[in-house]
Amino acid sequence: MTDPTSPAPAPSGWRTLLRMSRPRATKANALAGILALLLGFAIATQVHQTQSQGLESLREDELVRLLDDVQTDNSRLADEIRTLEAQRDQLANGAAGSSAARAAAEQRVDSLGILAGTVRAKGPGITMRISDPKDGVTSALLLDTVEELRDGGAEAIQIDDVRVVASTYFTDLDDGGVSASDTPLTQPYVITAIGDASTLAAAMAIPGGVTESVKRVGASISVSEEQSVTVDALHTVKQPQYARPVSPATSAAS
Amino acid sequence: MIPFVGLLIGIAVGVFLQPDVPLWLQPYLPIAVIAALDAVFGAVRAVLDGIFNDKVFVVSFLSNVVVAAFIVFLGDKLGVGSQLSTGVVVVLGVRIFSNVASIRRHLFRA
Repeated sequence: MTDPTSPAPAPSGWRTLLRMSRPRATKANALAGILALLLGFAIATQVHQTQSQGLESLREDELVRLLDDVQTDNSRLADEIRTLEAQRDQLANGAAGSSAARAAAEQRVDSLGILAGTVRAKGPGITMRISDPKDGVTSALLLDTVEELRDGGAEAIQIDDVRVVASTYFTDLDDGGVSASDTPLTQPYVITAIGDASTLAAAMAIPGGVTESVKRVGASISVSEEQSVTVDALHTVKQPQYARPVSPATSAAS
Repeated sequence: MIPFVGLLIGIAVGVFLQPDVPLWLQPYLPIAVIAALDAVFGAVRAVLDGIFNDKVFVVSFLSNVVVAAFIVFLGDKLGVGSQLSTGVVVVLGVRIFSNVASIRRHLFRA
């Protein structure tokens, strides 16, 4: 212990230090130097070791604590994995459901488009050719023909360049011709219908049916069954001016 | 001067070589370093007290290191290694602090 009351002047400490630190060629001093060198080496080594320390130098309780930490982390992450997997499955199901709904909607659009005449259609069917030099074919007869074709299961019908849809109407013209939906038809009337070809042909040929009626008014008719016919006339759908759709819920309530 | 230069050279060599501590030495090296630091500060204080002795320094340095390592070794064998290491570090830390306080009083008179 230093005695604060001892008459050691302030610079004495520094001077002593300076004097003692002067190099002296004694064996003990060299030994002290070597020890200091070892100490410095040990310090640097230990610092380096601590920075790059692995698990091997840890004690048992530290390892147990580490293991606990890892296990806690593990279970937490496993929970997270489960949550995320559930979420992923949910999303995948949602995507599958929505794509199925989309496919169904597209199919519906296709069938409705064929029905409404807004898309071109192709398939097996018949082509009918009616030559009517005496103008004996009337709108009623053409309407009968269309009805007969529908009866035979025709899915898409076209007369000349007019697609036959639900709103198509036939009118007799003053010059003896016929117009369909205000479009004058030109002879020969070429009727294309997609459906089961043999059924359609048979429907045309039944006794008292279309073929006989046409021949009775002095016109000639030819029906040919074909593997593939194309109905490429399109019907332009107009926005209904008066009719408004009613949702099922509202109609049930009213 | 020579010990100080030796210390710097040792640190430089250690930083430069970056040696791996052998496994058997790993529990003892940190404690040994602390013990050696205690010896060094004790030596500086002895210099200022005017009672420094080269031989005493060398012996105290070595004995500090050996005893500290031995205590840790014994603690490991007895199953209280980490507690004993902490205890040794605390004791050596207290000694270092008191030595530094003494050195400070000598050098700064405060």
